Amino acid sequence: MAGAICALGLWDLITLKLNWAPLPYFPGPDRVFQGMWEDRTILLRSAYHSLLLQMSGFLTGAAAGIVSGVLIGWSRRLHYCGMPVLKFIGPIPATAYVPLVMVLFSDAFVSGSALIALTVWFPVTMLTTSGIVNVPVALLDVARTLGAGRMYLVFRVAIPSAMPNIFLGLFMGLGASFLTLVVAETVGVKAGLGWYVKWQQGYLEYAKVYGALILMAIFFSSLMTLLFKIRDHILGWQQGLIRW
Amino acid sequence: MAAEDKESQAHRPEAIASAVQIQDVSKVYRHPNGTKVVALDGFSLSVREGEMVSLIGPSGCGKSTLLRMIAGLESPTQGDLRVDGQPIRGPSATRGFMFQDPSLFPWLNVRRNIQAGLVARGVLHSRRAAVEEYLELVGLAPFAHLYPHQLSGGMAQRAALARALINDPQLLLLDEPLGALDQFTRMRMQDEVLQLWRVRRITMLLVTHDIDEAIYMSDRIVIMTPSPGRVEQVITVPQDRPRHRNDARFLALRSEILERLNFTGE
Repeated sequence: MAGAICALGLWDLITLKLNWAPLPYFPGPDRVFQGMWEDRTILLRSAYHSLLLQMSGFLTGAAAGIVSGVLIGWSRRLHYCGMPVLKFIGPIPATAYVPLVMVLFSDAFVSGSALIALTVWFPVTMLTTSGIVNVPVALLDVARTLGAGRMYLVFRVAIPSAMPNIFLGLFMGLGASFLTLVVAETVGVKAGLGWYVKWQQGYLEYAKVYGALILMAIFFSSLMTLLFKIRDHILGWQQGLIRW
Repeated sequence: MAAEDKESQAHRPEAIASAVQIQDVSKVYRHPNGTKVVALDGFSLSVREGEMVSLIGPSGCGKSTLLRMIAGLESPTQGDLRVDGQPIRGPSATRGFMFQDPSLFPWLNVRRNIQAGLVARGVLHSRRAAVEEYLELVGLAPFAHLYPHQLSGGMAQRAALARALINDPQLLLLDEPLGALDQFTRMRMQDEVLQLWRVRRITMLLVTHDIDEAIYMSDRIVIMTPSPGRVEQVITVPQDRPRHRNDARFLALRSEILERLNFTGE
């Protein structure tokens, strides 16, 4: 809280009072907040649309990533086939796929969502695979001597053991999804924070651009915090085992 | 011990004990770089129902490998292993295993670790009462909610023991489970395992490098030679239990075994 007030004060100082950062590129806080307030309905609606787009893409990509990660990590055959595909498709940035998704999906929302899903899928799969591959054989041996079948081994030993890695993948995917969100909103959506930024940039309304960026920062950090909270709950057993 | 009373009161079907037949078993490991390691060579042994047999020998004599083969975690290169006359087709809850490292599941607390076998076999619902019984049996009832990293070595091995026994195995394989514990805990655990064996009368095969442990616990001791692993000698321990570690016969047997082991070390 104190940090935010300091930052605000500093911003005000630099722009309005000392004019170190000149207009029109660096508006003071008064213009930014005024701009935010004026466009509050549009901003809220955009934030909502961005949230929908981002979450639908992230959840789809994460679910697909965990499934493919478990399959590639567990089955030797699928690992052999899957890894080259992963290494080839994965690293290509979302921007390269824009024309592809625009052709494949007629709806702007679905294209954008697909872009985000693709970006999220790669890190989640990689880290889930690594988590499954790194399950200690001792734990699998123990489970087998307790009468475990394959279902138990995969769902009750391998996946719980891989959870810390899976969450790492989810965090990376979440971060990547924010970057791709802005790209995804250039694909023809009608509302969204990225769309709003481009729109206002066109009018050189930098005050409003900054307003949207502030909103984006709040939006992204809230989602990150939420994911952290979920991790803390599911990986509670690690407390005391690692430096929490 | 309070556990004794609980044992006699428990309404549990008597666990039938298994007999083990090992015939001329060999195990060869071939490394990717071409080297060949003969872990076991022509090993034969017959274990009767309800017997407590120790396998003792220096490192590299293949005792752990043998145990893992009986458990079904590995297969022999040559030879025949049978439990109750049936060939071994992979791991099973009827052949319980206690590892050197307790290997408790770190994401589960003590209670859930102990009931893991029941969950794995889909019988948790019908056998739920057994979980509390086994927690009491190994003295971990007040610690049921703790996670493995919060337990001491002895407590963790007790949990691992309960986890294996709750499945009512007919054979319990113990691969140096007490090796990492301090002397006092180890002696206490030996008594606990003996007590459980006495009540349940299942077959137990114990791998150890502690001669005192072997003499204290077993009906028979199998002395093995290293590289390749073979049976050097089988000694029957004629004494009644409880045995005293400073008894003359105990010490005599101890020297005899020591001599045997030193001799085979050359």
